Amino acid sequence: MLRYALMRVVGAIPTLFLVVLVAFIMVRAAPGGPFDTDRVLPAEVAANIERAYHLDEPLPQQFRRYLTGVLRGDFGPSFRYSDYSVAELIRGALPVSVKLGVLAMALALCAGISAGLVAALRRNTLTDRVVSAIAMTGVSVPVIVIAPLLVLFFAVQLGWLPAGWSSSGGGSRWIMPIIALALPQIGFIARITRSSMIEVLESEFIRTARAQGLATATIVRYHAMKPALLPLLSYLGPAIAGIVTGAIVVEQIFGIPGLGRLFVQGAQNRDFTLVLGLVILYATVIILLNLVVDLLYGVLDPRVRRT
Amino acid sequence: MLMRQTGARSRHRLWVALLALLVLVAGITLLVDELQEVPAPPLSVLNRSLVTEPESLDPHKVRTKQAGDVLRDIGEGLTGYTESGELIPTGAERWEISDDGLSYRFYLRPDARWSNGDAVTAEHYVYSFRRLIDPATAAFYAEVLIDLENAPAIIAGDSPVDALGVEATGEFELTIRLMRRVPYFLSLLTNPAAYPVHPESVRKYGDAYARAGNLPSNGAYKLSNWVVGSVIELVRNEMYRDNANTAIDAVNHHVVTDGVAELNRYRAGELDITSNVPPDAFAEVRRERPGELRVSPYLSVYFYGFNLTRPPFRDNVALRKALSMAIDREELVEKITGRGEQAAYGWVPPGVLDYEPREFFYASFDKHEREAAAERMYNEAGFDRERPAEIELRYNTADVTERIALAIQAMWRDVLGLEAKLINEEQQVLLSNIRAMEVTQVFRAAWTGDYNDANSFLYLFKSDSPSNLFGYRNVEFDALLEQAANQTDPTRRRFFLEEADRVLLADHPVMPIYFYVSKHLVSPRVRGWGDNVLDYHYSQYLSLADRS
Repeated sequence: MLRYALMRVVGAIPTLFLVVLVAFIMVRAAPGGPFDTDRVLPAEVAANIERAYHLDEPLPQQFRRYLTGVLRGDFGPSFRYSDYSVAELIRGALPVSVKLGVLAMALALCAGISAGLVAALRRNTLTDRVVSAIAMTGVSVPVIVIAPLLVLFFAVQLGWLPAGWSSSGGGSRWIMPIIALALPQIGFIARITRSSMIEVLESEFIRTARAQGLATATIVRYHAMKPALLPLLSYLGPAIAGIVTGAIVVEQIFGIPGLGRLFVQGAQNRDFTLVLGLVILYATVIILLNLVVDLLYGVLDPRVRRT
Repeated sequence: MLMRQTGARSRHRLWVALLALLVLVAGITLLVDELQEVPAPPLSVLNRSLVTEPESLDPHKVRTKQAGDVLRDIGEGLTGYTESGELIPTGAERWEISDDGLSYRFYLRPDARWSNGDAVTAEHYVYSFRRLIDPATAAFYAEVLIDLENAPAIIAGDSPVDALGVEATGEFELTIRLMRRVPYFLSLLTNPAAYPVHPESVRKYGDAYARAGNLPSNGAYKLSNWVVGSVIELVRNEMYRDNANTAIDAVNHHVVTDGVAELNRYRAGELDITSNVPPDAFAEVRRERPGELRVSPYLSVYFYGFNLTRPPFRDNVALRKALSMAIDREELVEKITGRGEQAAYGWVPPGVLDYEPREFFYASFDKHEREAAAERMYNEAGFDRERPAEIELRYNTADVTERIALAIQAMWRDVLGLEAKLINEEQQVLLSNIRAMEVTQVFRAAWTGDYNDANSFLYLFKSDSPSNLFGYRNVEFDALLEQAANQTDPTRRRFFLEEADRVLLADHPVMPIYFYVSKHLVSPRVRGWGDNVLDYHYSQYLSLADRS
């Protein structure tokens, strides 16, 4: 398996190179530059700025310069935040985003699986309908609507939680963003768990187990749980993607200094180096996570491992 | 059977263990965060907001108003403003201006200190002005000092930086020499780009100069922490020359880009001052909190420009006039913007110092008269309802700009019978199209004065102005601005500026739509707030009443 993992990592290098190249071409193809505002600068001033950021060089040369920098671990200075390098900005934002994402994912898994199981076991009862309705709401109402509503209710009306990130240093500021980010995933996970659990409970081997007189709790724990959760594993990839993109909105609304916010601002400001740095980071993370999910499959499902 | 059972069970356990680990890690991170609860805040803290993150706190690298807002708290130049926007000496105690207006001698305050205790000397200003102009700095606002002797040559790299027209003629005496008269020079010096930097710290820290811990302040506050994307925290600068009059101990500039989020945070009591009020919530806020809403004229104009280098607007002043006259500006500011904006019938906003802005001849017309005149003008331009002009209107993608574009499209349809094609573009795309002057016809933009003087608006239209986005060329206009610049007598200068304004409006290179207002929510506990046309609100002039 180690050999397989290594092969995959090595195979990712050309992919990453392509990602960087395409991203570089795309950010440069977008009209407008990082230093354009309503105000047009005197030609000499503009030329000095371009020279300082090597924007006066031909594009292939700029790409070569960028790539050699990246290989040395230097992602260049941010074009917008001139006091910081891209690496520094990402170093500052990464832990915040990772924490937010991991916590939201953990909440989504715990809450989603529990809700799905309960709904599956109490199939067609009131509980099932309530859970399904809530899950459906979570899936269909976008974060951009949920988040301000949460703020309005818990921060403005009740005053229990801070409305914005920087207003408090404590743990309370994490609560609403995590819930807002996890809600849609809770919905998806609950629905997947419920339907696959129902399917498993109806299968032959469960019927056999029941015929042997095993208690429902034992059946669920030892026989039904694992096959029921397998489809969830293949949903983990999309779930992570959902958390990453959802975080962009959540970070914007709550004012959280994470990667998503940097990405949005970077794109708006045409902060070329910052956007490229983030693209490389995201691409690497996604490639790695896909690898982890594939390896997990092997652990959980012997059929995959053999092939 | 038994074997399979244990195998399944152990794998099942792995899965559970993995999940448990995830939850555990999550729980611990939360707990650690909880334990790091911030210490008790100092006595009085002001929470205000910025709509965008300042790109830098190095005075020579900034370019946005938001960066300026923070710098005005942590720095000070030779001149500054009071809370109501009057120009006052700050870093300088007083000055003398030579009779020809070309030489300025500033007497610095000997008691001015950096937050590290060093005196702010004339040498520091010399170093800073040279650094701003130095091509290696690549300063965005180098323009502020471009009238100093040799500045353009230095910026172009043709002259060494020490040739700049600034000199320390004593420890606390600074002499500046200009190439031409600049009647608003003292206002220019209020720009943060003209603030001094601390030379030893710049040399020591280089690019990291403007970080918390490195950045010395000569203003009322100093930088204590900067979380990019979140908050800039300032604390009282005990060394500040006027520290005795600083009331608030700490100021947090929160970065809140979303208008609704900002309003919610204000409502939750987390912000004392907002940077804006979202258009959709304005009426509600005015009803709920009339005493907290501060709306004031602002030196900024929302306009539609014409590209004069291409048809149909090249050499067709009648068409330009017709389009402008067909717009019902009152209706736009009442029904769409609705936040106290003023319909613009001229280019220079009201409130500009010592100036009487000119207006279009139809400013006094009633709606009926104006529309009839618009149609006549349209016919004169060679168009009518049967043969309508084909017009493209480009604007940036944003809620209010979209609504205004739609309303103006409808007005042109009703009054002139022409169907303008609306093209909305992302802001940077629009800017680059406007500059290229290749595809644009009518374009939406805005202009904000850098200093309180009519020149800050009029110079845009000079033939050689880099910000002349219109392709406007008028020798008479250029000559009048030149003459204005050469006057020693303020009344005569004003006369030439107003004449230039008149010539400009007659040519209709632009359709001003409305003059902006600044809009803030200011908590009742904030005292000392002053409205002013530049929308500068120094924290050092504010104080806080006890929270009740």
